[in-house]
Amino acid sequence: MAAKTPATRAVPSPLEWEYAPAPEAREIVRLEERYGLFIGGERVAPRSRKWFATTSPATEEHLADVALAGARDVDLAVQAGRGAFEDGWSTLRPAERAKYLFRIARLIQERSRELAVAEALDGGKPIKESRDVDIPLAAAHFFYYAGWADKLEYAFPNRKPRPLGVAGQIIPWNFPLLMLAWKIAPALACGNTVVLKPAESTPLTALIFTDICRQAALPPGVVNIITGDGSTGAHLVKHPDLDKVAFTGSTEVGKAIRRELAGTGVKLTLELGGKAANIVFDDCALDQAVEGIVNGIYFNQGHVCCAGSRLLVQESIYEPLVAKLKRRLRTIRVGDPLDKNTDLGAINSRMQLDRIRELVASGEEEGAEMYQPPCVLPEKGYWFAPTVFTNVAQSSRIAQEEIFGPVLSVLTFRTPAEAVEKANNTPYGLSAGVWTEKGSRILWMAERLRAGVIWANTFNRFDPTSPFGGYKESGFGREGGLHGLEPYLRFDR
Amino acid sequence: MSRIAVRKTYKLYIGGAFPRSESGRTFESLGQNVAWASRKDARDAVKAARGAFPKWSGATPYNRGQVLYRLAEMMEARAGDLAKSCSGRREVERAIDRVVWYAGWADKLPQVLGGSNPVAGPYFNFTVPEPTGVVAVLAPDMPVLEGLVSRIAPVIVSGNTAVVVISETNPIAALELAEAIATSDLPGGVVNLLTGYRAELGPILAAHMDVNAIDVTGAGDETTELEVLAADNVKRVVRGGSEQSPWEISAFLELKTVWHPVGT
Repeated sequence: MAAKTPATRAVPSPLEWEYAPAPEAREIVRLEERYGLFIGGERVAPRSRKWFATTSPATEEHLADVALAGARDVDLAVQAGRGAFEDGWSTLRPAERAKYLFRIARLIQERSRELAVAEALDGGKPIKESRDVDIPLAAAHFFYYAGWADKLEYAFPNRKPRPLGVAGQIIPWNFPLLMLAWKIAPALACGNTVVLKPAESTPLTALIFTDICRQAALPPGVVNIITGDGSTGAHLVKHPDLDKVAFTGSTEVGKAIRRELAGTGVKLTLELGGKAANIVFDDCALDQAVEGIVNGIYFNQGHVCCAGSRLLVQESIYEPLVAKLKRRLRTIRVGDPLDKNTDLGAINSRMQLDRIRELVASGEEEGAEMYQPPCVLPEKGYWFAPTVFTNVAQSSRIAQEEIFGPVLSVLTFRTPAEAVEKANNTPYGLSAGVWTEKGSRILWMAERLRAGVIWANTFNRFDPTSPFGGYKESGFGREGGLHGLEPYLRFDR
Repeated sequence: MSRIAVRKTYKLYIGGAFPRSESGRTFESLGQNVAWASRKDARDAVKAARGAFPKWSGATPYNRGQVLYRLAEMMEARAGDLAKSCSGRREVERAIDRVVWYAGWADKLPQVLGGSNPVAGPYFNFTVPEPTGVVAVLAPDMPVLEGLVSRIAPVIVSGNTAVVVISETNPIAALELAEAIATSDLPGGVVNLLTGYRAELGPILAAHMDVNAIDVTGAGDETTELEVLAADNVKRVVRGGSEQSPWEISAFLELKTVWHPVGT
């Protein structure tokens, strides 16, 4: 016992450590003044004649002007997709189709630094994450699905897979290029063409991707990128010549899309919100669990649909765990996304910051206790300190609603059965985490949690071979893995 | 004087019991009075199906396979009555064979539809199919028995529980089937059968917030309203086929992927 205290004094608290700035150079991204739409293999000015600005959420700096696609532009993009589908892409030998996807994977790898910087610049996420997670996974996703293009009949025994046609795809702002890869790679591998709409606040990497399509000599019209806002997305979903719609975003918009497509027969996949339980048992490896909790909710500023935003802690370890967690929070470095030491970057937009603030205020009003570590937030830009709420009621808004920010709600449980009941007590069902050293308990919990992805003794892991998608109101269909092919195919039998 | 036959009273089948409609309503179909299920009956059926879900989905696949096979045995024993309710003996035989075919799938689904995923890192990662929950089925009118069995069997074999709105043009086949179900080992609530009007009951089930999926295969082409209502809780809307296929089963499955680190 006596050995416990003295040694620790010699090491300064991480808060006292000085870090020199370590900014990634941004010159590698050569921004154009304005970006047109990518339709039929060409950059074109929007018929709408409307443009909007994309800014850096970290500095509010204007980065570029981007076309705002209107109904006519959407129509031209779908026509281009239809033309390319009928004029060669759907009948191209699958092995050749595969090679285009392999090329794209390689080009993303080759331009990974540029893409990583652009992603951090435009979306506010730390360069550490865009460099080590977003961009490598995007490349891997194309590489994985490239290999499927000429092997589809092996994926579906006794069936004859065929491409659907033109897919309309709408992606969110939290992982811009990665979500583009999740959408475009399987669609193309299955022989479809696509019209993709990036999120309003993060169009840059999708626009750089259009240059990658050029370098890959991808046939014109196979990939069409239309930037814009919610109205552009609405035009796309309503377009009568689509065979497929794939949407990743909020549950509210997902439901609206479902209603819009009722009766049309258009194939639909939805990847919507979540309120994942991260369940920590008293026999877990506590320090590892604390790291997992931090990764679960503060990764990408908590802008993650599968974020572990509800921490369920077994009562017997509640106090030591919360103490460790608070201490760990003090070491999180908030600031410049382009600094290689940054852990928590900028909140993606003013709108999202307002939403987080509103929900956090509701948490305080409803009587939960808030903790934020001391940290100095930059004056310009959109920032929110890592936040933990304890003493949270099950019925509280911060325990029920998706915050999509760096805000964790802590609740407790006593028995495994109670943990399951609390974890499943949500309309969502995207992901869940379990921390225990007991193997049988992991499998027992995994069987009972109603969620599409279960991380046991880890959290927020992604891989192109691993299917991802939700139960209940978190959506339907899977992205990734063999199961990610089905949403982009029809079957003659 | 010849003997007067003892006629059968046809009622609903909910939670393993045969209640009348709580509304007290009936309608005449093929010379029989049949219960005319109400909104309350539909809700009771969903409640029974939800209640039966944990035990049925938690049963071993071997057990579920045997229970479905037992249903085929019971249908075989009642083949005569069933034949009178549909197009005849041949249809009954096809229906029985279909139940047997699906029974054999219970313990093979994860091997065909799931698997392990070779992720690029020190993790073991696998995907298993799981039942989606409570499924509303709008049964097709024709072929009345084979069509019904072809929609119910792929729903329940994986562990889902079903609330079935049965054909209003010939409800007798389903009610005869209910007696086979009741005497098989299917736990009460796994299959619930509602006679009544599809146009009335369909939207109630499509809008029900505790129904996870709706099978509109038997609802004809005009399903827009049902699909709109289904959006409220992101129900899976399934338009299946009439052939037997593991893909008819997979339409009512969720896929769960589990990650665990590999290390010493």
